[in-house]
Order: sequence, then C-alpha cells, then structure tokens
Amino acid sequence: MKIGLFVPCYVDALYPEVGVATYKLLKSLGLDVEYPEKQTCCGQPMGNAGFQQKSEKLVEDYDKLFAPYDYVVAPSASCASYIKFFHPGIVKHECEAAKKTMDLVEFLHDVIKPTSLKAKFPHTVSLHNSCHGVRELGLSSPSERVMPRFNKIKDLLQLVEGIKVVEPERVDECCGFGGMFSIEEPDVSARMGRDKLARHCATGAEFITGPDSSCLMHMQGLAKKDGTPIKFIHVAQILASGL
Amino acid sequence: MSTLHAKKAEAFLQNQDKVTRHDQTFWSVRAKRDIQANELPEWEQLRESASQIKKHTITHLADYLEEFERNATKNGAIVHWANDAKEYNEIVLEIMRKHNVKKVVKGKSMLTEECHLNENLIKNGIDVVETDLGERILQLMNLPPSHIIMPAIHITREQVKENFGEKGLLEKNGPQGAKSMGYDDKSELEAKADPTYLTRCARYHLRDNFMTAECGMTGANFGVASTGEIVVCTNEGNADMSTSVPKLHIASIGLEKVIPNYDALGVFQRLLARHGTGQATTVYTSHFKKPRPTGEFHIILVDNGRSSILANEEHWQTLKCMRCGGCMNTCPVYRRSMGYSYTYFIPGPIGINLGMLKDKDANYHNVSACSLCCSCDNVCPVKVDLSTQIYKWRQELDDMGHADPMKKMMSNGMKLMFDNPGLFTTALKFAPLANALPSFITGVKLNAWCKHHTMPEFKKSFHSQWKNIKKD
Repeated sequence: MKIGLFVPCYVDALYPEVGVATYKLLKSLGLDVEYPEKQTCCGQPMGNAGFQQKSEKLVEDYDKLFAPYDYVVAPSASCASYIKFFHPGIVKHECEAAKKTMDLVEFLHDVIKPTSLKAKFPHTVSLHNSCHGVRELGLSSPSERVMPRFNKIKDLLQLVEGIKVVEPERVDECCGFGGMFSIEEPDVSARMGRDKLARHCATGAEFITGPDSSCLMHMQGLAKKDGTPIKFIHVAQILASGL
Repeated sequence: MSTLHAKKAEAFLQNQDKVTRHDQTFWSVRAKRDIQANELPEWEQLRESASQIKKHTITHLADYLEEFERNATKNGAIVHWANDAKEYNEIVLEIMRKHNVKKVVKGKSMLTEECHLNENLIKNGIDVVETDLGERILQLMNLPPSHIIMPAIHITREQVKENFGEKGLLEKNGPQGAKSMGYDDKSELEAKADPTYLTRCARYHLRDNFMTAECGMTGANFGVASTGEIVVCTNEGNADMSTSVPKLHIASIGLEKVIPNYDALGVFQRLLARHGTGQATTVYTSHFKKPRPTGEFHIILVDNGRSSILANEEHWQTLKCMRCGGCMNTCPVYRRSMGYSYTYFIPGPIGINLGMLKDKDANYHNVSACSLCCSCDNVCPVKVDLSTQIYKWRQELDDMGHADPMKKMMSNGMKLMFDNPGLFTTALKFAPLANALPSFITGVKLNAWCKHHTMPEFKKSFHSQWKNIKKD
C-alpha cells in the first residue's frame, strides 16, 4: 500500500511538527509513505473567499501529483474534506486523487484499524471536534442528528497510554475560525472562539487537541492574546508521542 | 473588508452580556429541539420524507396550486393570485375597502412583513393591530422582528414595561391585569416588570382589539391542496381570536407553502414546532376551510419572486424552506450577531439565501455571516443545503461586482503561489514568509487577524525539513 502524504500549506509553514508526527506515525505502522514535494495547497482559502475558480490549476496539479498513490493522507480534516467534496466541482470532472484522499484520523480508524499504539500521553485532553471533520467527513456523529453516537478521534486516542479524553459542553459547536470568515467577521469569529475556549477550559483539561490545526491556530491565537493558560496539540502529535 | 453584517455585529458585540443572553436563549431552543428529536427514532426518516415531499411538490407546483384553488373555491373561499408585493397590497386594500374595514387584527405572518403590508394599510388609513405578543411588542416599539419565530426575544421585560407605559397599556389594562393575578395594587408588579403581569396587560389590550376589528388576517403555515384548507400554527391562539370575531378573514400564503395532502401535513406538522421552539407541537394547530356564516374567507396566493427561485438552477432548493427558524437557532453566527445585523428581514442561514434571491445588491452583505460549520444543514427539517448555498453565493459575488477587492487580491496572490510549486517552496525557504502563506495569515498587517489574535509562530517549514525527516 503506497501512501502519499499531503501536508497542507499552513501546516507546512506554521505547524511542520504536525507533518513530522504524521509521517513518523504512518511509518511506525509499517506503511510505505512518500511526500511528493511539488504539493502546495488544497485551494480552500480561495474557495472560501469566493474565488474557487482561481484554484483550477492547483486542483488539476493535485490530481496528477497524487494519482499514483493508493491513499493520500492529510493531517487536516478540513483540507481533506475540501479536496474530497469540492475538487470535482471546481474542475468539472471526477478526481481520482480526491477520491483517495483521507484525513489522518479517518484513514487510521477506517483503513489501518490499529488495535494498539506505542504512544504514551499522561494528560487530560479536551477534544475539539472540528466542523468539517464532524459534518463532512463523519469523524464523529453530529450532535444535530439522531443516530448512534460515535467518535473516531476518541477511539484512536483511547489507544494512547495514560491519556484522559474529555469533551466540552456543546460538543461540536464551531470555534469560529472559518478561514476568511475570521478576517471578514473578526468580532463574531473571536467571540465564537472565546466561547469555545471557555468551554474547553471548563473541562479542566491541560490540552486542547483536534484533527485540524486551523481551529487550533485560531483558538491558540486568542488564548495567547488573552493569557488563557491552556496548551494546544494536534491529534497526530499525541498518537506519535514517543516515536 | 468588512461587510455591513460584520460592522453591525461588531456594534452588537460591544455588550458582551447581551450577546451571552442572546446566544444562550437560542442555544436552549436548539437543545430542546435535540431532546424532541431524540424522542423520535424515526427522526431522520421524517426529515428525508419532508425533503422528498417538498421536492416533489415544488417541482409540480402548478398542479398542486390549481388543485388547492379548486378545492378552496369549492369550500366557499375566494382565492386571489398576487404576482408581487404591489399586487398583493392592492388586493388586500380592495377587499378591506369593500368591507369598510377601519381596523384589522393580524396573526403573525412573515409574508406580510415581506410585502410591507402594515405600512401600506396604515398609509391608507386602516389601523393594523398585530396580535402575536412578540409582534405586538415590536409594533408598539416601531421595530422589525429579529427572528422569524421569536421576533422580540432581544427585548427585555423592562423595555416592554417602559413601552407599555408610554403607550398607555399599563394605565388602561394594568388594573384588570393585576386583579386577574389577585393583586389590588399594580405598582408592585410594575416595579419588578413582572412578566405575567405584562402579558395580562397585553392580553386585555388585545381582547379589546379583537372585539372591535372588522377584519382578521392570518398567514398560513400550510395550504393543503387535496382539501383546499389552510393550516395555521400558533402558541397563543391569536390566529383563532383574530378570525373568531370579525366576519372577514383574509389569509396570505406564499406559493411554496402548498403541500399535497393530509399525509404530507402529518410529516410537516411533526417537524415544525419541534424545530422552531423545541415543542412536540404548537399549542394551536388551526385548520381554516370555509367562511364563517354570513362572512367571507379570502385566500391570497403570493408569488413575489418565488417562481423565479424555482427557475434558479443553483438555488431552487431554498424554496423547500417551511420557515421553522431551526437554522437560526443553531447558527453560531446568528446567535452572536442577532437579527438586526443582517440586511434582510429574515436573518440566519435561510435569510442569507432568501435575501440574495430577493435582491443581491441589497443583501450581499450577509454572505459573510457564515463560518461554513454546516450545523444548519444537519438541523434543517427539509434538508435545504444551506451552507453549500452560501458557499455558492460567495463564488457568484465577483460576477455581480460585489467581491471584496482585498479578498480578490489575496486570492490572486494565492493563485500565483499555489500554481507554482517551485515558487511556493522557494518562498517558504527564502522570501518573507508572509508572502508564502494563505491570505488568512499573510494579510495580517492589513487585516483584522491581529485585532483578537497573536500572530502564529513561523517555523522552519515541513518542505525545508523534508530531507532530514526522510533520513531519520
């Protein structure tokens, strides 16, 4: 099984450690992982801003670049979801690479199905169920829906030794990042973020963790500005701890 | 680069406590809706049926409308067709003039709001009295609704007391209100702006109006094609009161509110109140079929842009909406920015979409009011793909000439960078990092990120580290 690693642009520049953790984790599971260097971005920032057609070439490039792999794995739920559900609409044809693209959690949980991990993380973490992970990729059961409850992120984290996973009240309410939304509607976005932070902090957790660095970046920026003493860590880093 | 919505929301957000109250009020409705939903194992099946019935009905609308008209006429109702708001207002006025109406009592209707009926009637010398409590409070305060189901939720009881005082309700109806609660002196109740007392004052005030009006108007939640009747759901019984004294009843109904039959009604009625207010059903579900003895029953079917929505390939599904308000209650942006921040009289996810369909130039300001969290999509009882619709509107803004110039500039910058992997990698390595990242980071000096956030910390990129990572 050949895996193409996609490290989204902002993870590349701001959270390279999340990319590193993802790579190490996949390798530790005995997988054949490659990182095609000509990758850039999934195009979501442009689509979100109302200019998805400006990402046409980027989408075609992505499709060609990742075509040779059995799976494309990205440590970012929102980017993986955007690729899967929006790429075909932008270029008006089916996209092979998009079909094979999965978020890291989804890939591990549904394809690899590990029953144990070497990871150790003796801390209490509050789980951030980010919107596109929940409502597009189905990483957990959306709170709006009537269905049996599940959470794939939690399932994976439970394999980590010493961890205690808690969830905030309003378990999957948006943190207010929303890409361009956070700049165009800064005050609503910040209020949403601060409300979310407060609920995460109320759990008593030391860390907020999630499958999406963008939500974490938003909350971290607010927490630092306000001096809120809580730490942030991507799910991949916890699953790869000790590697 | 902030839209009118963003600016008005900024002002609303100045009072953090008010925002907290607004958010918690609507979240509690969402929570009640969740409880109701989880009591019905067939919930998702109901939503799917509702969606399919709506799809079927609005794609066969002409047939169902004709069936409705036929049956309503058979029942003795007089059916009118209004192309737009102007025609609608003329029809209402003509009926009222014929009956020499001086005062009309009205049940809640967003359609009349849409057509600016009240202003038009008042201009023509007819007194209009809203009879839904929230609507009446707002009418006395000269304010528009801030939510389609709970229109005055943003008003405090102190404000209500003050306004009732100014408008003479406390003086005229207060003594009776206090007495009905076992109080001889109303001043104690007024001092604490007692909500029960204020409601009693409104009740006696409205009863006077029910008794003296010559015409009752209602909206309609549903028009049942197979029987030709309209169905009105209220919690206060005010639609029934409005139509029980006056001999003349005028019902206004949007074309899209017509459904095939009772089976369909059973599906929608189970969903409407559960979504709107978290109740299993509204307190009153009233069926109006024929005129009262010696009276007249008029039904006005209003298009006002609905048939052009039906013809809109990208956005026709918006017509499935049955105005439950569920999308507003769950919307994290609506809850923290409130109805008046939107330029259209219907706020929240459905309002963003309906506003664009009504008048793009006036309402493009609301398209920013969405973090694309998709919660509304999962709440909507008829499965309107609200967030996808909003995403689509964003793509259309540039062609309309309403794209934000800075967002366009950022997107052009991103295109240059992301279309050229070499340039991207080099930029990550050498150029100022601010040039290499997506707009929500690059624009920091120009944009609002730093208003509430610290800057993210730039590191040695994954691309730059790759050769070493691979060696390990």
